[in-house]
Amino acid sequence: MAHLDFAERGADLELAGIHKRFPGFTAIESLDLTIPAGSFFALLGPSGCGKTTTLRLVAGLEEPTSGRIRIGGVDVTDVTAYRRPVNTVFQSYALFPHLSILENVAFGLKRRKIADPLGLAHEALRLVELDHLAGRRPAQLSGGQQQRVALARAIVNRPALLLLDEPLGALDLKLRRQMQLELKSIQTEVGLTFLHVTHDQEEAMTMADTVAVMNKGRIEQLGAPEELYELPRTAFVATFLGQSNLFTGDVVAGNPNSITVDVGGTAIVVPLDRAAKHTGTVSVGVRPEKVALHRSAPAPDGERNVLGAGRVVDVSYTGVSTQYLVEVPGIAGRLTVFAQNSGVGHSASLGDEVWLSWRVEHGFGLADEAEAPARFDDDTDTTALAAQERAALQTELEEA
Amino acid sequence: MAFAAFATAEAVPQAPKRASRIGWFLLAPGLAYLALFFLTPLISLLLTSLQAPDLYGDIGAYVYAFNWQNYVDVVSEYGEHILRSFGYALVATAAALLISYPIAYYIGVRCRSRPLLQSILLVLVIAPFFISFLLRTLAWKQLLSDESFIITSLKALSLMAPDAHFTGTAFAVIFGLTYNFIPFMTLPIYTTLERLDTRYLEAGADLYGSPATVFRKVTLPLSMPGVVAGTLLTFIPAAGDYVNASRDFLGGTDTAMIGNVIEANFLVLLNYPAAAALSIILMAVILAIVGVYVKRAGTEDLL
Amino acid sequence: MSGVGAGAALANLEAEEVRPLPSKPTRTRRLGFGRWLLPVYVTIAFVFLLIPIVYTIVFSFNDSIKSNIAWRGFTLDKWANVCVVENGAVCEAFGNSILIGVISTLVATTLGTMIAIALVRYRFRGSGAISLLLFLPMATPEVVLGAGLAAQFLAVGVPKDMLTIILAHVMFCISFVVVTVKARVASLDPALEEAGRDLYGSPVQVFWRVTFPLLMPGILAAALLSFALSFDDFIITNFNSGSVTTFPKYIYISATRGIPAEANVIASAVFLLALVAVVVAQLGHAAREKRLAR
Repeated sequence: MAHLDFAERGADLELAGIHKRFPGFTAIESLDLTIPAGSFFALLGPSGCGKTTTLRLVAGLEEPTSGRIRIGGVDVTDVTAYRRPVNTVFQSYALFPHLSILENVAFGLKRRKIADPLGLAHEALRLVELDHLAGRRPAQLSGGQQQRVALARAIVNRPALLLLDEPLGALDLKLRRQMQLELKSIQTEVGLTFLHVTHDQEEAMTMADTVAVMNKGRIEQLGAPEELYELPRTAFVATFLGQSNLFTGDVVAGNPNSITVDVGGTAIVVPLDRAAKHTGTVSVGVRPEKVALHRSAPAPDGERNVLGAGRVVDVSYTGVSTQYLVEVPGIAGRLTVFAQNSGVGHSASLGDEVWLSWRVEHGFGLADEAEAPARFDDDTDTTALAAQERAALQTELEEA
Repeated sequence: MAFAAFATAEAVPQAPKRASRIGWFLLAPGLAYLALFFLTPLISLLLTSLQAPDLYGDIGAYVYAFNWQNYVDVVSEYGEHILRSFGYALVATAAALLISYPIAYYIGVRCRSRPLLQSILLVLVIAPFFISFLLRTLAWKQLLSDESFIITSLKALSLMAPDAHFTGTAFAVIFGLTYNFIPFMTLPIYTTLERLDTRYLEAGADLYGSPATVFRKVTLPLSMPGVVAGTLLTFIPAAGDYVNASRDFLGGTDTAMIGNVIEANFLVLLNYPAAAALSIILMAVILAIVGVYVKRAGTEDLL
Repeated sequence: MSGVGAGAALANLEAEEVRPLPSKPTRTRRLGFGRWLLPVYVTIAFVFLLIPIVYTIVFSFNDSIKSNIAWRGFTLDKWANVCVVENGAVCEAFGNSILIGVISTLVATTLGTMIAIALVRYRFRGSGAISLLLFLPMATPEVVLGAGLAAQFLAVGVPKDMLTIILAHVMFCISFVVVTVKARVASLDPALEEAGRDLYGSPVQVFWRVTFPLLMPGILAAALLSFALSFDDFIITNFNSGSVTTFPKYIYISATRGIPAEANVIASAVFLLALVAVVVAQLGHAAREKRLAR
């Protein structure tokens, strides 16, 4: 049986130089990642970015093409799934339909021949407040209840590492918010290491201590949620995690504190320590809620960047805030402005001439260049593309 | 496969398949069995069909040869039976389709809000299978014999000529084939119709389709996989059947089908080469028809 | 041959169970057929479909030695003395059919299930040829299958008896088992087995504790299908049975000189048994649905 300990506390996870290639496409380019013991770590990215593959590699359900996986310092790369001290909460929950809730939860304990599996299973069910349904079958439970059973079935094993694969994806919004809080409190209670995979940025930000944003098989940026939001390093992070207004231009001046970028004739200043790149063509940006709307040109004071005059082309009222889209001559794309509805009435209407401004320290400079904004969002599912590719390749191989 | 229309469980995306020795271990016994008891017999059949009579042997003794003449002989001797088989099978398939589609539609679409009625009707459709099909066919023979209530009534009402018979006619054979294969036709069509999302029909009606147009342009095309499976399940066995056309059942002296000829040559006349040649012809024609049909119906992926 | 349909129907019932498609209450908008035309038509069709069955059951109580159309009065004799007539030839044939059915079913279901699992789970060189080999027996008329095997046994010099019948029945059942079980394997969420591995189940444990129980309904349906196919087969049996008589063959042979009324008794008994089994299964299924819906 497993020579790895099932710790009372979580263990740390280390992925070193992971590369994973499926026939026809590469799921993970190159991945180095360390997750400290006891943390709640979220892997955030769009579908097809490689986050689920990463999780399956850690669970032992896939083998990496190259690279090593270490859990609590022990190399588990060649250890099969059923010998790894790791448990998964599957996206579809994967509760065994032919077993009762109790038998589902006790399944892992029985396989490991742990004493009193049913007692421990009851205890785990009490933790998720479902002990009264122990005798039922999974099909008789609601989605939220099934989700909690899946969680109990995993944590009852006290795994060194708990993997959550979009565990809340199938729940409706309200239940999802509730479960987020529950998951977080359970994690604090049991003290295990959680690796949570999700495409829901809000979920990742509210639950995780550390978030890694993944795109196209590599990690774009890793850090605490607010750090990622306030200071995105790449155009992908700036737009995937919330919205951003991005501008691209050449650095025309610089001093020890800031750089100045020429964007379509307007100078935009970004603090040096908030800019990833200091020379040549750079992309800079600002979050929509940091931008203020003015009806007349604000006096330049050196502390704010000012754009304008522009014209309001769209106004949408969302309750707590109003979203404005503004076109500014000489600047590609439209700017988005979120204004809190704390005053009375709109500060601007459709067609109004407006000026935009934001404090210099709210701007950020990216390490890569923003692409020209697309007319429509590219909604091509990379998983679907990959699957097609793979099927085509497979028939090709078979015919050959 | 066409017949997979029966198995309606929704497939879920599977993990990429792996090449493994376990796979071959699982596959090998069954495939070996089919190779030994399906493929080899076909080859035997082919070889037998080219045999020549053993000049010094008894009746039923043959030697291996390349006697292509066998094919020429059986076609000239039994060409009529071959054509008749496919003719009967075609008419019976069409008739079974006409009878079955409304049944399948009624159970699969109309009865959705009444699951109990749906279950009962479904059981009734398959009920005939629980009685030996030979007995069912004999039952018709007796129910429609000259002295039966049905026939005497028809004659009394002048709906049938006084000296006419039902049994022993081509009509009776086609009637029997149709009757026997209605469930084969109904079940696959039911399976596709049962899965038909009625919102498509509502969308069709919403987009100005009259009920007839919606049926022709939406319902029918969506139920094609079931129709294809059903017609194949009817046509193939019907073309090779020899029970209905047998003189002891619904057939007469001039209704013999290819199956009757094969049976007679193999089991009675011991003319194995002729029986084998006829079997090969039957199989070849059916495979050709199935291939063309499935391609034309645009349902290749069923195979 | 009609067994094909019987089993197919069973597979169909089973498949319904696999995927409990919510029978959504459809708004009964009259699409196509007239309001009354369709129900009336369907009623007539069902009467047509069921007439021979009613006839067979009713005439199993007819006081006549041979089965025929003339009603000679009610009797229970045929039911009571079913194995007496012709020295029990009817019952012997029936017993042979059951024995052949059971053995063929066991072998075909085992082989077919293995193939089905392999096809869904593993990749093979020449999978096109494999699919063709599995499809062809279903697309080949039974008379060709029967004659082919008979030609083979003749060429090799194998005497035709019970064994040759069983060999033949297993052959034509395998493909149907594969189709039925394959659908079940393909509908099995791979995450369930992954969950089994994740929860410390070794490959063997995962198979017997997760995969097999979940495939069971499909395997059972395939077994019923095989049995129905085998039990009702006449055409292939006729070519490969030699002097052994099965129930359908007995009827075929007797058709010339008249069927003893006892054949109606056995057919009626089988029919009623099968009907009860299906109804019980359906009711059980409905009750389970109801319980789940609670």
